[in-house]
Amino acid sequence: MKTKRSKLIYNLVTFGLVIAAFIIMTVMINNKTISRSLKGQLIPICSWIMMAVSLNLVVGISGELSLGHAGFMSIGAFTGIVVSGWLLNGFQMEDPTLRLVLALIAGGVTAGVAGVLIGIPVLRLRGDYLAIVTLAFGEIIKNVMNCIYVSVDGTQLRFGFLNNTIPGTILLNGPNGAKGVKTISTFTAGFILVLITLAVVLNLVNSRAGRAIKATRDNRIAAESMGVPVTRYKMMAFVTAAVIAGMAGVLYGLNMATLVPTKFSFNESINVLVFVVMGGIGNILGSVISATALTILPEKLRFLQNYRMLIYAVVLILVMVLGNNPTLKSWFRSVFGRLFRRGKPEDGPDGEKEVARHE
Amino acid sequence: MSEERKRRSDTRMVPYPSQAIVPERDVGKQPVLETRHLGIEFGGLKAVEDFNMIIGRTEIAGLIGPNGAGKTTVFNLLTKVYEPTTGTVLINGRDTKGLSIVQTAHLGVARTFQNIRLFSQMTVEENVRIGLHNQIRYDMFTGILRLPRYWQQERRQHEETLELLSIFGMQDLADVRAGSLPYGAQRRLEIVRALATNPSLLLLDEPAAGMNPHETEELMENIARIRDQFQIAILLIEHDMSLVMGVCEGICVLNFGRIIAKGTADEIQNNPVVIEAYLGRRKEG
Repeated sequence: MKTKRSKLIYNLVTFGLVIAAFIIMTVMINNKTISRSLKGQLIPICSWIMMAVSLNLVVGISGELSLGHAGFMSIGAFTGIVVSGWLLNGFQMEDPTLRLVLALIAGGVTAGVAGVLIGIPVLRLRGDYLAIVTLAFGEIIKNVMNCIYVSVDGTQLRFGFLNNTIPGTILLNGPNGAKGVKTISTFTAGFILVLITLAVVLNLVNSRAGRAIKATRDNRIAAESMGVPVTRYKMMAFVTAAVIAGMAGVLYGLNMATLVPTKFSFNESINVLVFVVMGGIGNILGSVISATALTILPEKLRFLQNYRMLIYAVVLILVMVLGNNPTLKSWFRSVFGRLFRRGKPEDGPDGEKEVARHE
Repeated sequence: MSEERKRRSDTRMVPYPSQAIVPERDVGKQPVLETRHLGIEFGGLKAVEDFNMIIGRTEIAGLIGPNGAGKTTVFNLLTKVYEPTTGTVLINGRDTKGLSIVQTAHLGVARTFQNIRLFSQMTVEENVRIGLHNQIRYDMFTGILRLPRYWQQERRQHEETLELLSIFGMQDLADVRAGSLPYGAQRRLEIVRALATNPSLLLLDEPAAGMNPHETEELMENIARIRDQFQIAILLIEHDMSLVMGVCEGICVLNFGRIIAKGTADEIQNNPVVIEAYLGRRKEG
């Protein structure tokens, strides 16, 4: 059961947690009490949160399993790197904030355009077929990125496809990716982007368009019979997610001195999907928490050396199994139930916990 | 060919080729629904054949027949879930040839489903709001930016939703998840959701299925009231004969995909062909 009140509380808790985390981290940075490894991870955490929340829009809210989400991140990241490098080398634009903003816009737009182009064929499919085709597109993007060479010659960008003999300063070097990128991403920028992402997704979900998206997920035929153009709304969710993923990519890419296209492989898409499933499908706050926890966890497990990924997998299995244990669930509910009255925080804005059903 | 075209553009009120079974008050007005030689084949099997029907502006009509007669298939043809292989469907005089389900819905056809198709993860209120999707609108960016128009339209949607839910006295259930409603309430919610689309023709597929006699009687009154209040036409498929005979002005009997009889409740009840379709032929001698 959910009410306006529980929806509001859910949103407030989500924003409150993010803002509180930002304040704590900022204080710790200023006190220098933050560990080096955690400090280095703050920006990636922001971008993974954006990835998880945007994928949740597709998987949880729109109900389509997408396995190529890292592809949009890749497009965003390399667009961002090219735009930032172009502005710096071609136009001597030194101001990092302005460059970052322009790079973010460019990355979002390119990923959005890619989202439209990929969405047109993909969203005609349903269920497992859609998942497989998104997987294929993710791989296509990775391999295309492997072949692209970009340099800046004066104020002009030069592109080469499978052709590395282009004049000027190389920005993207095919399979070697980008080297010597000026890292201009900041934690504050990441924080603001996370807030924007949350606002966009949560507001979308609780609006006319968001309800239409959820209706197409719950019952496609019924939604069409009510006069809701299903494909348009699936596209809306898909492209919005792609734009957010592109911006997450820009944030991520401009935080790394070097970045190779193979970084955004199938593995990363699955990783983001793990964040989403862990946090609860359709549960935005869950995505934020699980993206954070699962980005920090592998770093914290470094002392285990070779056993690191094994333990990571075991932890995942334990959380999944225990998280679905009815006794534990009801215990959680009794603890948090008092805090949230009728709204259950672990059940997301729509009380949907079960995996979205495919027809 | 030219005759066929003339027939299509023709808006004369004498229905072709079915007999006029439109109630008197609707005579002389554009019928809500008219089908001509409607038919569909599935791999050589003629599921519906030569289906001709006409429904007046404010008529309550019934479509009955034994199991497997093709009643739901007719609904799927009218709403364009299936594209007919032969014949035409005219909704308010507009040919629906080539239109999608969504476009047909925009012409003013709304329906409920035999196997309930609610948006089960969403609340009762959200379900009705989907019905209002094309009635009270604002675009995606207004929603994301929460512009004043968002609040204004959301409030309108909310009020309208409660008003529609009050038809069945369901206002108090607005925040309940639709999937967790009892069966009867789910059926009623489907009707409310369909009404929210502001239809001129409402198709009800076994609205009384799974209801007890008391609930059925209540439903019967509500169907008549909905017609009076909204001034719409209703076509219903139903196996409960007390409901069909009690509320339908015109009844159409389907067997093996073909219309075997048309008429008022009395005519149908005393029609030997209908009796035979339901009960079988009496052995002679």
